[in-house]
Amino acid sequence: MPDNLGTSPDDVQFRFRDDEVVDHAAVTVDAFLDQSNAAAVRIEPGDDARELLPHLERIKLVEVNFPGFMDGRGYSSARVLREAGYEGEIRAVGEVLIDQLAIMRRCGFDAFAPVNTLDEADAERAFNLWNEVYQKTTDGRAPIWQKRHG
Amino acid sequence: MKILTGNDLLTGLVTWWDGQGWSPHVDDAVDVGDEAETILAREEAARRVNASYAIEASLDENGKVRPAHIKDRVRALGPTVRPDLTLKPAEPEALNWVI
Amino acid sequence: MYRYDQYDQEMVDTRVAEFRDQTRRRLEGKITEDQFKPLRLQNGLYLQLHAYMLRVAVPYGTLNGTQMHALADIADKYDRGYGHFTTRQNIQYNWIKLEEAPDLLADLAKVEMHAIQTSGNCIRNISSDQYAGAAADELVDPRPYAELLRQWSSFHPEFLHLPRKFKICVIASDNDRAAMRLHDIGIQIVKNEAGEIGCAFYVGGGMGRTPMVAPLIREFVPLDQLITYSEACLRVYNRYGRRDNKYKARIKILVHEMGKDEYARQVEEEFAHLLEQGIEPPLAELERIKPYFADPAFKIGLTEKADRSDDKFARWVDSNCMPHKAPGYVAVTISLKPVGGIPGDASTAQMHAMADLAKEYSFDECRVTHAQNIVLPHVEIGRLNELYGKLVQADLATANIDQIGDIIACPGLDYCSLANARSIPVAQKISQRFEQNGKGEMLGQLKLKISGCINACGHHHAGHIGILGVDKKGTENYQLLLGGSEAEDTSLAKITGPGFDEAGIVDAVEKAADVYLAQREDGERFLDTYRRIGMDPFKEALYA
Repeated sequence: MPDNLGTSPDDVQFRFRDDEVVDHAAVTVDAFLDQSNAAAVRIEPGDDARELLPHLERIKLVEVNFPGFMDGRGYSSARVLREAGYEGEIRAVGEVLIDQLAIMRRCGFDAFAPVNTLDEADAERAFNLWNEVYQKTTDGRAPIWQKRHG
Repeated sequence: MKILTGNDLLTGLVTWWDGQGWSPHVDDAVDVGDEAETILAREEAARRVNASYAIEASLDENGKVRPAHIKDRVRALGPTVRPDLTLKPAEPEALNWVI
Repeated sequence: MYRYDQYDQEMVDTRVAEFRDQTRRRLEGKITEDQFKPLRLQNGLYLQLHAYMLRVAVPYGTLNGTQMHALADIADKYDRGYGHFTTRQNIQYNWIKLEEAPDLLADLAKVEMHAIQTSGNCIRNISSDQYAGAAADELVDPRPYAELLRQWSSFHPEFLHLPRKFKICVIASDNDRAAMRLHDIGIQIVKNEAGEIGCAFYVGGGMGRTPMVAPLIREFVPLDQLITYSEACLRVYNRYGRRDNKYKARIKILVHEMGKDEYARQVEEEFAHLLEQGIEPPLAELERIKPYFADPAFKIGLTEKADRSDDKFARWVDSNCMPHKAPGYVAVTISLKPVGGIPGDASTAQMHAMADLAKEYSFDECRVTHAQNIVLPHVEIGRLNELYGKLVQADLATANIDQIGDIIACPGLDYCSLANARSIPVAQKISQRFEQNGKGEMLGQLKLKISGCINACGHHHAGHIGILGVDKKGTENYQLLLGGSEAEDTSLAKITGPGFDEAGIVDAVEKAADVYLAQREDGERFLDTYRRIGMDPFKEALYA
């Protein structure tokens, strides 16, 4: 068995889901693809999230790791999963900072387990800052062009 | 000699470590010996300076501090193409000190 | 030109509030400089040699008079009475205080301007042809497409942490005045065989330490798929662009290492997927934007001739006026390259003057060019004499567009923390030399471009003559390059040989110019002669 990876429910500081917090140890993408019973997987920046697409029905939790906040590959990973119809939890873990929260939400993240606990008031402000958005993603928000043209 | 420089966090203006605090004048810079890292860590943490670093410098024939690299001499004086905006607008010959 | 609606205004206002909060957290010590730096950069705020520097976006280079006045007011209120127009059609201020930056951004937002994504590893301000809407040779006005891309790229959640910066350019004529193929994505609006308008995508160009001319990736993207295709291009880059080495992180390296065909194949695959996602704004959005760029009310029956009896005026007309699509009009370029001056700098008074002249003579519009000049795009030929008189009064009447005195120069070591050598003094001395020896006008079109370091902000790779400043054991040294072009005949300049000191590089440029004057054939520009005779005659003159 591979070493247990990932965060525990206690590490999750913000969560935008009503279902119960998933408490499976996440495995690497390679390990996940090798074993048929894993329900939680952890995507590192260099992993290709598209490899998970044939197995979405058995995944309950995807952790996307941000070892450094400047590496933006995780944003594409989350979007790829959502665009393929994945509805389970996508948890941002690692170096998750106040000023990335809103765009992570837009890309499909619905749980956040920052390595350093964030200021609650600052995070609240960040999550609610943007009333409008220019782009369409899978987060269900109507982009400005849609509002302009009904 | 080893001296410390950086930019003021609020204004961005160039500053030099004078032994007690930060001065806009390179002539106030003091030799910090092997204390550079300690001082910079403390001053950055207190947000009294930003983007600070240690440089080599020497004393010229008039006893004035002269940073070893031209980049820091430009920083010490100001843009050579706008003497009016340098720290010594009334001394055009100060530009020769940079080069 | 484009005007914000309530949504656009809300976006920039929200951004100001966000940055104000980020600045507060930095000053309170809640975030570190390492965490704050990318945030301030994405609002255009650098820390340079002497102070913070703020880069304000001028989307596709278009400004109205009110905005130009506001830029001047900002220079007075927050800076030291001047601004610097850049090769990416933006404006920079050199002496900004962090504590005042949020207020400055709020002032910009009042005139529908911002500094969003003018730096950082994200999609930057979209650049375009400075003569858009005026040029006789354009297929359509490229700016509605640029505006569509501006909105798509602003705050794009997936592409704010790219491997490196990302520059997009949109043009719509075969004559390239915006260095389109030296961008990460260069888009040319084209017509296909069926007569439909669409976009040709060139991907993976750039200057910097590894200059590359962007290859054509797709000949035709239908207009109603422009955003989707762009998103596919970016997603493939975000996935595979190198992050192990910042000097190899631009998309040009990816396209080069992966091969353009494989890159194009991956983009097609992603494109097919994204077409299913419905991310493309409807064509109605493009149609909403287009009227903002409709022709102004050009008069008809205007005179086609100016009074050329004043010789100085006639020379200015010949060098600074560009044919216009509307009879009786020209596009006027105001040179920000006075002899011995600082390329691209304009004082508060000059910015106010240009704003007034735009209102009075050019339907309230002006443009910033990548060559660091200002264009009044629609001027009546019959009013040129009057306009010229006012430009003379404002010290803005230099007649040298595209001549050797019209030098592109980065700020260099006088301002920039990345620079190895000063650029501006070299530009000043060269323009003075060619004024004194009287050869400037004789040389005709000769584009000279100077960068103070290998990052190539001064476009030295694309100069007919390029100069690159380097650090040679602690002293400034300058390499000479010949044969570059940023135009439709894009080419990369080659280094002549060993470098020169500051005085030496001025002499070297004159020697190269003399080789051209001695060897040119009828109608040849410097670049044409160089391409015909090659490097050797120049080397002989330089190093004999």
